[in-house]
Amino acid sequence: MRNRRTLPPESEEPALTPLGTTPTPPVRTRTGDIIHTAPEFAIGEADVRSAELHQTTLKGTSLWRDAWRRLLKNRLAVFGLIVVCLILVASLAGPYVISHTTGYSYDFIPKDSKLVKSFAPFIAPDGSFSWTHPMGTDNAGRDILARVLIGGRISLMVGIISTFVSLLIGISYGATSGYLGGRADNLMMRIVDVLYSLPYMMIIIVLLAMFGGRSPLGQLVLLFIALGAVSWLTMARIVRGQVMSLKNQEFVLAARATGVSTSRIIFRHLVPNTLGPVIVYATLTIPSVMLQEAFLSFLGLGVQAPLASWGSLAADGIQNIAIFPWQLIFPGVTMALTLFSLNFLGDGLRDALDPQMRKV
Amino acid sequence: MLRFIMRRILVTIPMVLIVVTLTWGLIRLAPGNFYSGEKKLPPAVEKNLREKYGLNQPWYVQYYRLMRNVVQLDFGTSLKYEGQSVNSILVRTVPVSAILGLLAYLLALTVGLIAGVLAALKQNSKIDYASMALAMLGISLPSFVLGPLLVLIFSLTLYWLPPARWNGFPSWNLLLPVLTLSAIYMAYIARLTRSGMLEVLRSDYIRTARAKGLKELDVILRHALRGGLLPVVSFTGPALALLVTGTVVVERIFALPGLGNYFINANLNRDEPLIIGIVAFTSIVILLFNLLVDIAYAYIDPRIRY
Repeated sequence: MRNRRTLPPESEEPALTPLGTTPTPPVRTRTGDIIHTAPEFAIGEADVRSAELHQTTLKGTSLWRDAWRRLLKNRLAVFGLIVVCLILVASLAGPYVISHTTGYSYDFIPKDSKLVKSFAPFIAPDGSFSWTHPMGTDNAGRDILARVLIGGRISLMVGIISTFVSLLIGISYGATSGYLGGRADNLMMRIVDVLYSLPYMMIIIVLLAMFGGRSPLGQLVLLFIALGAVSWLTMARIVRGQVMSLKNQEFVLAARATGVSTSRIIFRHLVPNTLGPVIVYATLTIPSVMLQEAFLSFLGLGVQAPLASWGSLAADGIQNIAIFPWQLIFPGVTMALTLFSLNFLGDGLRDALDPQMRKV
Repeated sequence: MLRFIMRRILVTIPMVLIVVTLTWGLIRLAPGNFYSGEKKLPPAVEKNLREKYGLNQPWYVQYYRLMRNVVQLDFGTSLKYEGQSVNSILVRTVPVSAILGLLAYLLALTVGLIAGVLAALKQNSKIDYASMALAMLGISLPSFVLGPLLVLIFSLTLYWLPPARWNGFPSWNLLLPVLTLSAIYMAYIARLTRSGMLEVLRSDYIRTARAKGLKELDVILRHALRGGLLPVVSFTGPALALLVTGTVVVERIFALPGLGNYFINANLNRDEPLIIGIVAFTSIVILLFNLLVDIAYAYIDPRIRY
């Protein structure tokens, strides 16, 4: 009831239609029904089509090519895409490059460093200009650039893996609920409604405070599970909405008529056709999960030292903001830039993949 | 309508109990105990402690007692802040968080609505692009980056505003925390208002209103805004969930003695009664607010009937 309206709204609109692509001729199935579908629906129909018709199936990529073209026209989205790629590459390769050029790694503490001294960007210990620490050092003398890059690796990893967890749960749950319909659907969605209105962040905080802090890896796994387990709700609703609008189409009827099992219909025929909105929402889930991870790390409940994430780096930096502002500014700005780009990319993808969903 | 409200209030009780059960289960399943610190306690002391807090009872007796107390809204005494009942801590801390959250939401509502309406009216203009870019920045800039940056600029460089601490209700100390907290809502509300207004402005009844010669201001304020507001109203529910996390971080940054700050400390101290008290209280507030949102929704949108 109420939660039908909470954000983001489940799409009541029909599934993706490739605007700007030429409609394919109607396809005759083995059962004799004529299917007037756009090529991308063909993914699920492959089972009931004869071999020569696979030719049409292959042309189905045009939706993606079309979306790609539209995405490239959106300057902000392209900016986002480029920045995200750069940050991905930098956080994957950067730590190696740094350790081979300056010899610093994220947890390397120089022996001669005095403990409360932090060097400003581009300043060598003797006060002269140097390229060794482009972002300065932290209190222990660790290179902030190396820590920001390794933090990026952790933050992006948490974002991507938790989103993946939420995809797995959300798609299976939403598709099952939408396809079954009736009482099962009602019950499953009521559960989602209930979960929505719980203060889940508090429960996550309790979970991490009680079980966390034993080992760095265990803490990460706990984070993946906790964040993935709460971000699947909206995904489930989106997939359910899509599946409900798809399930009465002829290709599902055809599959059912040829004796395809329910689970196979859901996962091989329906789910592939919901991919557009799912990809869009997943792109927008990554920054929100990263933000939540940063919140938790900022509170000291997420990633533990000597590992770093952008949240924990900001928490360290805030201690010394009056004297060593670069300790906060660099991780903070890097994180903001990444989230900014991911959000723009997600918005751009939404506009590109589903012109109907675009809010003018 | 009245039946709907009664039913929803009744549903609230089991939901709060579920949340409390979940929290209690997490605390109890975790290894260790609230008194297990660095040094081992002598067995006699440990025995006394367990007796005092009823830990020697079987778990179902403890669970039953907890549920009974929660239903009576009696959360016991804090383990860390000795001699203080959880309720007295709530009475002290809730106003701080409530003032913070309320002011932030009001500010966000004012600025967000104005920016959103202007952006929608002047679609694809410079105002539109600027406010939407700012809104995107507000969504992407975490509060723990924005807050310290504001402190760095306005307190530590310009010396205009105090950097932290609580100083009663009308005080300049509140300005930076409220700004920090409201940024993300402002952004969301501006975006939602814009898209809601854009949709409404193209609808037929707006054309009718214009055609019958209403003043443009009347068309916007009395006709369009009402429809355009719907997504903003339904955002209030998720906003509350955001507010809980938001206040925790902002209270942490600005050293404010609010609910969130105590909640984190309670978790670090493993102060079970306080954790459960705060979780239960927050759940009740969130559920009741959701109910209020639903009532407001039915009031604004006559198509909705419960």
